[in-house]
Amino acid sequence: MRNRKRTGWHRVINGLNISAFVVVLFVGLPLYWLIASSFKTASNLGDSPPQYFPNPISVQNYHDAFVTYDFGIYFRNSLIISIVATALVLTVGTMAGYALGRLPMRGKFSLMVTLLIISVFPAIAVVAPLYLLLRDLGWLNSYQGLILVYTAFNLPFAIWILRNYMLGIPKEMEETSRIDGAGPIRTVWTIILPMALPGVFTAGIFCFTACWTEFLFALTFNSANNYRTIPVGIAEFGTVFTVPYGTIFAASVVAVVPIGILVFIFRKFVISGLTSGAVKG
Amino acid sequence: MATVDLQQVNKVYENGFHAVKDLTLDVAEGEFMVLVGPSGCGKTTALRMVAGLEDITSGTLRIGGKVVNDETPKERDIAMVFQNYALYPHMTVAENIGFALKLRKTPKADITAKVKDTAEILGLTEWLDRKPGQLSGGQRQRVAMGRAIVREPSVFLMDEPLSNLDAKLRVQMRAEVQRIQRRINVATFYVTHDQVEAMTMGDRVAVMRAGVLQQVAHPQRLYDHPDNLFVAAFIGSPAMNLYEASMTEDAGAVKIGSQELPLPVLCREDHPGLARYANKKIAVGLRPEHLPAATGTGTGPPLTGNVDLIEALGSELVVHFTIDARRVRAEGATSDDEDATAHHGEGVARVDPATKVKVGEKITFAVNTVGMQFFDLETEQAIWD
Repeated sequence: MRNRKRTGWHRVINGLNISAFVVVLFVGLPLYWLIASSFKTASNLGDSPPQYFPNPISVQNYHDAFVTYDFGIYFRNSLIISIVATALVLTVGTMAGYALGRLPMRGKFSLMVTLLIISVFPAIAVVAPLYLLLRDLGWLNSYQGLILVYTAFNLPFAIWILRNYMLGIPKEMEETSRIDGAGPIRTVWTIILPMALPGVFTAGIFCFTACWTEFLFALTFNSANNYRTIPVGIAEFGTVFTVPYGTIFAASVVAVVPIGILVFIFRKFVISGLTSGAVKG
Repeated sequence: MATVDLQQVNKVYENGFHAVKDLTLDVAEGEFMVLVGPSGCGKTTALRMVAGLEDITSGTLRIGGKVVNDETPKERDIAMVFQNYALYPHMTVAENIGFALKLRKTPKADITAKVKDTAEILGLTEWLDRKPGQLSGGQRQRVAMGRAIVREPSVFLMDEPLSNLDAKLRVQMRAEVQRIQRRINVATFYVTHDQVEAMTMGDRVAVMRAGVLQQVAHPQRLYDHPDNLFVAAFIGSPAMNLYEASMTEDAGAVKIGSQELPLPVLCREDHPGLARYANKKIAVGLRPEHLPAATGTGTGPPLTGNVDLIEALGSELVVHFTIDARRVRAEGATSDDEDATAHHGEGVARVDPATKVKVGEKITFAVNTVGMQFFDLETEQAIWD
């Protein structure tokens, strides 16, 4: 086996390796540039030729982001809104996904199509009516306003992922559990949910990321400084006269961290979640 | 422990498909009942109705004498082993086996003890802390069995539990399942499409076709006295050779193709009904082992065919031959593949390995007429009285 000639297939595989490397470079370089720049001093930022590695390494930008600007507040707001919205989406989405994926129901198909339509609906088209709605509710500049909107907009996609995942679980699992003597709620909770966890994590990460990076609704509904989320907060760093690039880079690096941690922890689940949903769906 | 009794049970699906028709069947305490038939014959549906996973459209189902038509699977006190095992992947073997007990609020110490006992019976003791994903196919199968027997159910249901195993393991588990069933001594329904499994495992075997029960009997009875063409063709491997034949005027012989086979008195006494078929066409069934090669001392009437193929199995030779008679096929008894390759007048015989046969030459069998079967071509029913 080891002495096999490097024939066509090996060349293809090597080609794939090289292209994978190129893709990683393509995605990774901007990220590296962001991180490197965040540690540069303001005067070194515009150097020509550019500094490939910051010298001296400065944490002034990070200090500025949290002290001079209110990045801490934005970070907290984003965290609260994203976590609560994700939790809501997953709770409702899991139940809906189970019902749509596994229970005999009329009008399943039209319901799924409706959900799909909602999930591709352009946000810009609904931002004005939603603004009026939230204004009347008195929920502008609040957590619950954005949470509600984020939940509504992320739910369809989550339901799709979870439904496809639930579909992939053999029906015998439920039947066995029924014969073992478990009721429907018990079955879903102790058998189906643990088996659907990869799907739940996948949906959770997508949902969290979407909430975390959302700009338009956050800008429109939560304009007060105390309720700004990270994307809006960072955008507002710049003034008419100066754009504090270093601080923006630093804030952006901090903003990327939670997503990175999330994906790193659940990466196995995300991969299996996406594929199994795809194959069985 | 309980009996199971199905009376005129029907299953009609919403789309109008009549999956099980008037099934009447009873299983005694501790009896091993095998439901066998080609795929789509309704055997699994029947099993699922007993389990309570499928509603019964009409008819009565009694377990232990009590009508349970409307009871949940839990209330019926049944245990079931699924074809794909359906083990809980996130639980260890011990948790899988103990899950039903946990749901019944059995004290923890009891669960541990029972799980341990069950694991011992099944030889799973050292795997108790593993997850199903870390087990081999045979071990998973055992866990599925363990999950069912730990509860000491009153009825044991198995839906093709061995079909996911490789051939060697299947033979081994076949004996294992029987051993366990004898030990727990509980009425058992076992669904399979494999007639060898049915024959080797069942106390009685129920053969189904297209939702209709064909015959239920002890395996040997099924083999020796099939009620109709379908059962005759389905049970036995290699399958029975079925030819169109015509009775002679005096009903004393059958003409298979151009060859006439005189029927001894004994045979005619066994099948007095044959007298009615004088000058008529019937189907004649010859099991492969009832076609020994004529060695000169052979006692049966001769039947000669052309040898097409010889399979030497060591203990015997399986001779594929052709005669000039039309084969009779029972619909659904053979798979489509077999149908496509079965040729006109083809037959199979099992002969002594010392027999001198060569492909392309003629072979003469001394037909064992005692084992011959006769069927009405119209009704497909066996001709006895």
